[in-house]
Amino acid sequence: MIPEFEKFKGFKAKSIPKDEPLASGHRACQGCGEVLALRMVMKALGRDVIVCSATGCMEIISSPYPHTAWRVPWIHIAFENAAAVASGVESARKVLKRKGKIPKRHVDIMAVGGDGATGDIGLQWISGAFERGHDFLYVCLDNEAYMNTGVQRSGCTPYGAMTTTSPPGKKSFGQVTWKKNIPAIAVAHNIPYVATASPAYFLDLMNKVKKAALVKGPAYVHIYSPCPTGWGSAGERSIEFAKLAVETRVFPLYEVIEGRYIMSRKITKPKPVTEYLKGQKRFRHLDEGHIDYIQKRVDVEYEKLLRLAELT
Amino acid sequence: MAKRVGIEVSIAIAEAAKLARSEVIPAYPITPQTHIVEHLSEFVASGELDAEFIPVESEHAAMSCCCGSSAAGARTFTSSSSQGLSLMSEILYIPSTMRLPIVMVVANRALSAPISIWNDHQDIMVQRDIGWIQTFAENGQEAFDLTLHAFRVAEDRRVSLPMIVNIDGFTLSHVIEPIEILSQEEVDGYLPPFKPRYKLDPKKPITMGPVGIPEVYTEAKMAHSEAIKASKRVIIKAWQEFADMFGRQYNPVETYRCEDADVMLVTMGSISETAMTAVDKMREAGQQVGLVRIRLWRPFPSQEFRRAAGKAKVLAVIDRCLPPGAVCGPVGAELRSLFYKVPGSPKIFSFVAGLGGRDVTVERFEEIVDKARAYAKKRPRELFEVIGVREK
Amino acid sequence: MANTDAIVGWKTITFGCHVMEPGNSVNFRTGDWRSQRPVLDKEKCIKCGMCWIFCPDMAYTQTEEGYFEADMEYCKGCGICAHECPKDAIEMVTEEG
Repeated sequence: MIPEFEKFKGFKAKSIPKDEPLASGHRACQGCGEVLALRMVMKALGRDVIVCSATGCMEIISSPYPHTAWRVPWIHIAFENAAAVASGVESARKVLKRKGKIPKRHVDIMAVGGDGATGDIGLQWISGAFERGHDFLYVCLDNEAYMNTGVQRSGCTPYGAMTTTSPPGKKSFGQVTWKKNIPAIAVAHNIPYVATASPAYFLDLMNKVKKAALVKGPAYVHIYSPCPTGWGSAGERSIEFAKLAVETRVFPLYEVIEGRYIMSRKITKPKPVTEYLKGQKRFRHLDEGHIDYIQKRVDVEYEKLLRLAELT
Repeated sequence: MAKRVGIEVSIAIAEAAKLARSEVIPAYPITPQTHIVEHLSEFVASGELDAEFIPVESEHAAMSCCCGSSAAGARTFTSSSSQGLSLMSEILYIPSTMRLPIVMVVANRALSAPISIWNDHQDIMVQRDIGWIQTFAENGQEAFDLTLHAFRVAEDRRVSLPMIVNIDGFTLSHVIEPIEILSQEEVDGYLPPFKPRYKLDPKKPITMGPVGIPEVYTEAKMAHSEAIKASKRVIIKAWQEFADMFGRQYNPVETYRCEDADVMLVTMGSISETAMTAVDKMREAGQQVGLVRIRLWRPFPSQEFRRAAGKAKVLAVIDRCLPPGAVCGPVGAELRSLFYKVPGSPKIFSFVAGLGGRDVTVERFEEIVDKARAYAKKRPRELFEVIGVREK
Repeated sequence: MANTDAIVGWKTITFGCHVMEPGNSVNFRTGDWRSQRPVLDKEKCIKCGMCWIFCPDMAYTQTEEGYFEADMEYCKGCGICAHECPKDAIEMVTEEG
């Protein structure tokens, strides 16, 4: 059991902090589910945090000079290295505290990046920071493609999805690979806390982020982030899709605490994946065969997860 | 009190970083830089140095950690070389415009292919325009002194720029020399604690590294460019104070037997010691030959160089870097620009020598001087010449 | 992304190009991106705050009466609030002109 969790009672609907460490006036698209998730993350963390951002949508929309949406200290260096920048910040604060140069007060350190920054280009830097055991949390805001550059496929793009570099055509049906399992890679580092979250379940999301911040050592939270622009979905339906992804078992919510898998929300009567796929232009070219495959694979992956929860 | 000891230059540099009370040292091993970071790691392990040593997974991560650490307000040191420096390249441009005073010692080494662990200057010449202050050391004592000087200058609130001290791989990094190691008290007297102008602090939150839209990018880069130009005064003043305190005087450009010299060799780094021997030999034979050594590479000390070498008829520039397809080597090109259309300025010839650990002997310097003299009588050649290369 | 606020000289640009004023993006009004606005029916509203928590633009704040109100300076008109309202108390109305 993690001692830091004992005192944490969890956020309640009535006690969600009113404070907004991320300010209005940011340039995210209408109905952006990623900035909404980021807003919830920041509400959970509060102001005593230093944020190290990867290049990506959230970086661009929050910091066009001379403006910043950040009310907390924030640094952006490059695309792939947010975890290494956070490692540097954490180490600096450790030694400066030891030498009495800064107050001993605890300040959370968060590295944040999209699915490309996390699962593709930045994987090595994250692996290094996890393995070295820095006390920080890494938050991946997964909108399932390189949206900032105009919707190119990433390793986290789901099977069948259309992007500008996984276009369906006579010889293709869109993304040919299954979504890369980044949380499992995080778990493989034996870090104390890994979780998946969705902005549709905001209390669950905020509690997981808070736990990730509380735990000593590295923590990882993988957050599903609807992208109306990249997915070809209606902006008003961002939360609806976030909920459907969970209800169809496409994006299961779980925690892995010290290696033990715990399902946050067991979906006993899942909706068919078609409920989720329809309404998103990125999937509309898929035929029954592909949808069938997706349904079967989703079921298999969910079963695997349930077995892990039983075993651990 | 300072102590003169026989010590490997890498260890002396590690001593300097320790005496400077470095606080965060992210490092990744690469030959010939390894001895520096190994010793720092030992100092941290033994408690001699109260610092965080971050054994990162790549040089790219090392420089990324340096950025985070310096931005959080810690005195930050690292060291690299060759392929590792190239791997950092993407990041190197960032802390300089963001004004993060990281100090790095680069043990200069050739770049692949073919892979070579031996010394030349190709690794650092690729990084010419990263916007860091850069110096070149000639010997072990200088490597030690310049490392301390680098912290002093980089962290000066008027400068606040990252700084590289270049030392030649193996020819400096792995040799044992008699070096005067300053005492902690002496170093503390020269180097005040790091007080960053801005840092990541929840009590006073700022945004570092925002998006530079077209309306602001040019101004951001210009501000950086002017800051590095303006740093020259602080660099020189910090050397002056070093001389006043410890008796060793350093200048942006050094000359050796340049009085009345019609031909001057131009070098950077440890090769200059052999060049001096060559100058002595040629002087004995009655030739009017001198040596100009560039210690401060960025910001380029234009005035000082013109003053030092402006009266020469011929400059024979030794570039330890072969730029395929270019008009001449990087140092040669720099000097040609410096003297462009300056009336009565010297003719400048670029000689590429000492690549991938090949020795540049006294005889080679003589050959270079002879060739430079001969070329000066003809129409100036545009291309550089590679010295000491076998044809068959 | 032309921005007249960013017109600054190299001598006056902030040190290291840092932004020194936290959260000053509030000076950038995103309300004019909007083509439709949320209109609340207070009769139906149960003050649950779903509109507030699901707003990607932090446009909603709670009034003294307990209702949640979107600041039209920032509301981009995405319609999540209306879509997620459990009582259908919010209607998206097309902006005139």
